[in-house]
Amino acid sequence: MSGIKSLLTAGVTTIILATGGTAAHAGRGSDGEAKILFWQAVSTMNPYLSGGSKEVYAASMVLEPLAGFDPDGKMFPRLAAGIPSLENGGIAADRTSITWKLKPDLKWSDGTAVTAEDVAFTFAYCTAPGGGCAQKAKFEGVKAVEAVDPLTVKISFSKPMSYPYAPFVGALSPVIQKAQFKDCLGEKAAQCTAANFNPIGTGAFVVKDFKANDVVTFAANPNYRIADKPAFSTIVLKGGGDAAAAARAVLETGEFDFAWNTVVEPEVLDAMLKKGKGTISTAFSTTVERIHLNPFGADPALGQKRSTKDAGPHPALSDPAVRKALSLAIDRDILVEAGYGAGGKATCNVIPAPANLASSGVDWCLKQDIAAANKLLDDAGWKKGSDGVRAKGGVKLSFLFQTSTNSVRQGSQALIKDWWNKIGVTTELRNVPASVYFGGDPASPDTYKKFYADIEMYASGFETTDPANFLADFKCDRIPSPVDGWQGGNVGRICDPAYDALIDKLSDASEPQARSEIIKTLNDLLVNGGYVLPLVNRGEPSAISNTLKDALVNPWDSQLWNVADWSRKK
Amino acid sequence: MTDAALTATAAAQAPIDTPFAVFWRKFRAHKGGVAGLIVFVLIVLAVYLGPLIHRIDPNKIDIRAKNQGPSFAHPFGTDNLGHDMLAQVLAGGQISLAVGITAMLLSLFLGTFVGVLAGYFRRIDGLLMRLTDLFLALPLLPLLLVIIMLFRDTLRAAFGPETGIFILIVFVIGITSWMHTARIVRGDVLAVKNQEFIVAAKSSGMYEHRIILRHILPNVLSSIMVSATLGIASAIITESALSFLGLGFPSDFPTWGRLLFDGVNFLQLTPSRVFWPGLAISLTVLSVNYLGDAVRDALDPRTLSR
Amino acid sequence: MFTYTIRRLIFAVPTLLVISFVIFALLDLAPNDPLGELPLTIPPEVREQIRAAMGLDQPFLVRYVKWLQQFFINEPLNIFEQLTGWHIGDGNRMRVLSWATRSPVVDLIVQRLPQTLWVVGLAYLFGTLLAIPVGVISAYRQYSIFDQIGTFITMVGYSVPTFFTGVVLIVIFSSYLQWFPSVYDTNLQVRDWSSFLEQLRQMFLPILVLTLYNASQIARFVRASMLDNLSQDYVRTARAKGVKEKAVLLVHVLRNSLIPVVTVIALGVPTIFSGAIITEQIFRVNGLGQLLITAVQGADLPLVQTLTFIFAVLIVLFNLIADVLYGILDPRIRYD
Repeated sequence: MSGIKSLLTAGVTTIILATGGTAAHAGRGSDGEAKILFWQAVSTMNPYLSGGSKEVYAASMVLEPLAGFDPDGKMFPRLAAGIPSLENGGIAADRTSITWKLKPDLKWSDGTAVTAEDVAFTFAYCTAPGGGCAQKAKFEGVKAVEAVDPLTVKISFSKPMSYPYAPFVGALSPVIQKAQFKDCLGEKAAQCTAANFNPIGTGAFVVKDFKANDVVTFAANPNYRIADKPAFSTIVLKGGGDAAAAARAVLETGEFDFAWNTVVEPEVLDAMLKKGKGTISTAFSTTVERIHLNPFGADPALGQKRSTKDAGPHPALSDPAVRKALSLAIDRDILVEAGYGAGGKATCNVIPAPANLASSGVDWCLKQDIAAANKLLDDAGWKKGSDGVRAKGGVKLSFLFQTSTNSVRQGSQALIKDWWNKIGVTTELRNVPASVYFGGDPASPDTYKKFYADIEMYASGFETTDPANFLADFKCDRIPSPVDGWQGGNVGRICDPAYDALIDKLSDASEPQARSEIIKTLNDLLVNGGYVLPLVNRGEPSAISNTLKDALVNPWDSQLWNVADWSRKK
Repeated sequence: MTDAALTATAAAQAPIDTPFAVFWRKFRAHKGGVAGLIVFVLIVLAVYLGPLIHRIDPNKIDIRAKNQGPSFAHPFGTDNLGHDMLAQVLAGGQISLAVGITAMLLSLFLGTFVGVLAGYFRRIDGLLMRLTDLFLALPLLPLLLVIIMLFRDTLRAAFGPETGIFILIVFVIGITSWMHTARIVRGDVLAVKNQEFIVAAKSSGMYEHRIILRHILPNVLSSIMVSATLGIASAIITESALSFLGLGFPSDFPTWGRLLFDGVNFLQLTPSRVFWPGLAISLTVLSVNYLGDAVRDALDPRTLSR
Repeated sequence: MFTYTIRRLIFAVPTLLVISFVIFALLDLAPNDPLGELPLTIPPEVREQIRAAMGLDQPFLVRYVKWLQQFFINEPLNIFEQLTGWHIGDGNRMRVLSWATRSPVVDLIVQRLPQTLWVVGLAYLFGTLLAIPVGVISAYRQYSIFDQIGTFITMVGYSVPTFFTGVVLIVIFSSYLQWFPSVYDTNLQVRDWSSFLEQLRQMFLPILVLTLYNASQIARFVRASMLDNLSQDYVRTARAKGVKEKAVLLVHVLRNSLIPVVTVIALGVPTIFSGAIITEQIFRVNGLGQLLITAVQGADLPLVQTLTFIFAVLIVLFNLIADVLYGILDPRIRYD
């Protein structure tokens, strides 16, 4: 047994020795240990094998991309010497290639040089067949990645790209070392446990010890390119527990310095904050909690046809008046107050950020108006029956409303049910475990893509500052159905020819101003049609101890993006 | 089977009194049991009759009155959405008690059935005990997911959403908690079946099922009663764990377990949210346990009346 | 007895095979998906490829046979090689790999075992040691003050769910009094006196919660079983014959009463391995229970399958041990 373990840690020991052997630079490692808590534990250090945010964030302490994003969404170089652009010639005039220059004298944590070969290899690693690379979408449209010389790498695309920064920018596609992963291509990727748990990187820290789904211990990288950083000599990243306990460990007991994703009821957080040991910072990106109204029939009696086009239009929800009334009846500010606090903002936009893309044409829904909603339904001919439920032509306004299991979502469900009750709509609530709801098992009736309910709620967003791909998912031909194995991205089953035409226009547009206008119009089409009811722009809250300096949350990149700059407040 | 046991007890000891009178006399002597019975009846009455007096709808939301401490309007305070906690605890009690008792009965029936058969008939002992092993090894969560996936929609169509999910949950808790009872009962049956009175009954040509009902069951009843009282507790707690994992009742059906679970984060803010459901669960289980103790004593053919 | 044990052991093999098949089928049928927790931004084509890399595109039976081969042939061979240093074949064998961590499942289990044994195992031991005397005295002095208090405490012990007691203890002792840490440090190695004290401090609360729970359950069984025996004729006979009360109690009654209790205790041992899911979660003791629940929630099929199967092996084994003990302790039972 101990033999197995020693094999696992063999690679680790060498690094510990290496750390001990290097003379400490001024400032590096002078602040001792910092402790981070992720209540969902980290399962691997290779972001290409696990797409989960927790793994991507943990790996970002070790592995770096060519460039990253700062909290304002602006690109800054990490391994690259500068950001290529059309102006500086880094991007080809026809937009079919981008050329990056690496910083000179970059070293991996094992002391060897970082070269363009490593970048090219990373592309080969992620696109090797059978590897199941989770970040493959980052390399979509990439024809080849070549090392022109040791410090120059050229990425060529198969067609002109309006946004050529997808590969190797941001924590999702960092550069890995060729020497370490060269035997881990394709199907062998999963078997390289030692490398996956302890990747050699260029970041401020190296993995000292990795216990899967439990705790990761990091030590300062002796070969980090900035001599006096990082200030901490070790970082312990612990996993497990729940969000409230994580917040408590930072804000109340002070056992930890940083806890990520502390989504806890606001009043509970407020009570913890009163101890004065830390603060909550929230990174607001594009994630929007939203409701979809099923435009197709979802009655179980429809059998295989339900929630597909063949089921015919939904007897009640296909009426625009009903959709608008349901949206008007919701008080989004109360949803935020009850469930999100400082971690959420009421919104009526599907695209709430970046600021230049956020539309202001849909703000009618921000204010709850029960009277107007009631009037809409009255005018549309939905009359209240003796049980207080509206009906028309034998069709009752009675809906099944599903979402994933999560105490905040169940709270929102209860509130929404109450408001809808006030306009004569009854709701049956259902919650499904997240791993089933967001899973893709085609045999399961409960996935969000199958949408075997009248109404459903979940959150999604896009990860870059460019929502083109995200918006294209609402096209008519992306409606999930048995034909595509329920894979399509158009969960709300929106089918609007005007929308589809605009999406085509968007992919041809490259001028930023024009793009932003089109995006705003698309957003308004979705919301004003009542297809999507945006509710809350959700942030990622983190609890940060008062003794931790310079820990900044970042909605566009890893939450640990500037861990190299962290230090202890003296 | 309780009746059979009663008959057996009475026939053996007190030919003059009715069986129930004997049972009652012994039961009354057990002070804890009487107290348990009173508390349990009070809880049942409160839960079912309480809503007639405290007429707030448990699902009524008043967000402006959230996180309140106890007051005249809300004796147990309110939760973070402004639900009245007293109404929630009462409504939750109806579901929790029903689930706890039904699931316990189901698991007790299954456990006793398998246990007695396995202990008494050697031929099927191996098979039944391996079946028990299988059920013990089955991971509960995936099993639940599968059962819910397969049967939820059918039951919902047949019985409506509430009764459908009730049947499902009782069934799931029942079939995943009978194994310990089965094992213990089997062990007891093995010990009892070779005793003289069984051998005598056998040689007198008594039918097997009569031997089991008249002689075996009364002798293993004490273990069954302990299992039963443990069973109610674990059924209520399992139900709360299911609610937590999103496999239980829809979120607008409060149960004690979920009230407790949801309230845990609010322990410091509104302690009454945790205190009352916790107290309700504990008191119920406690009273049932004392009740079970007394019933066990009163049924045991070997205890002499004190 | 010996032939009985041998027969049972031989019979255990097909039993376990059937159990492993049923578990595999059940997990395969379950609707939760290993990709369910990935960000929604990952497109369907990429999801399909991730699935293929996990081997999920192959038919059910092929995957089952593969698992059998990996678990019953490859893993034992690996352990054998580790122990002896010999090499059999080219050593390039597929091990059972977890989907979430892509690391060998056996290594994960080995990593988690110490925490679980320390916390859950010790709690079980303490619980048993505490339960037997409490149960015996409660029964012997039935309806005495000791019995009343003992009964009350044991009943409270399992009437209050552990997720409630756990959080209450953390709020009181970790947040308010700050006596004990609220997070279990799995990196802590006991090297000297102070680290040993640290280990004691971090184990204290979870062990307290679990001991109370275990002791409560077992004590109830001990008491019930003692009561059964105390009222039997042989006790009266022994007393009438002038056997000392101490001897009656310790030699005759205790021995007979512990027979069913031994079954209960033996059957509870496998649950140590499965960990105390809720308690481990609350105190962040990342043991096997926590490993199992994360695996189940993330639908990490190979990990769940292997863990539950090892659990099944332990159940079958301890069931056998319980039966054999029963046969040895109780002369009335004949298996042959």
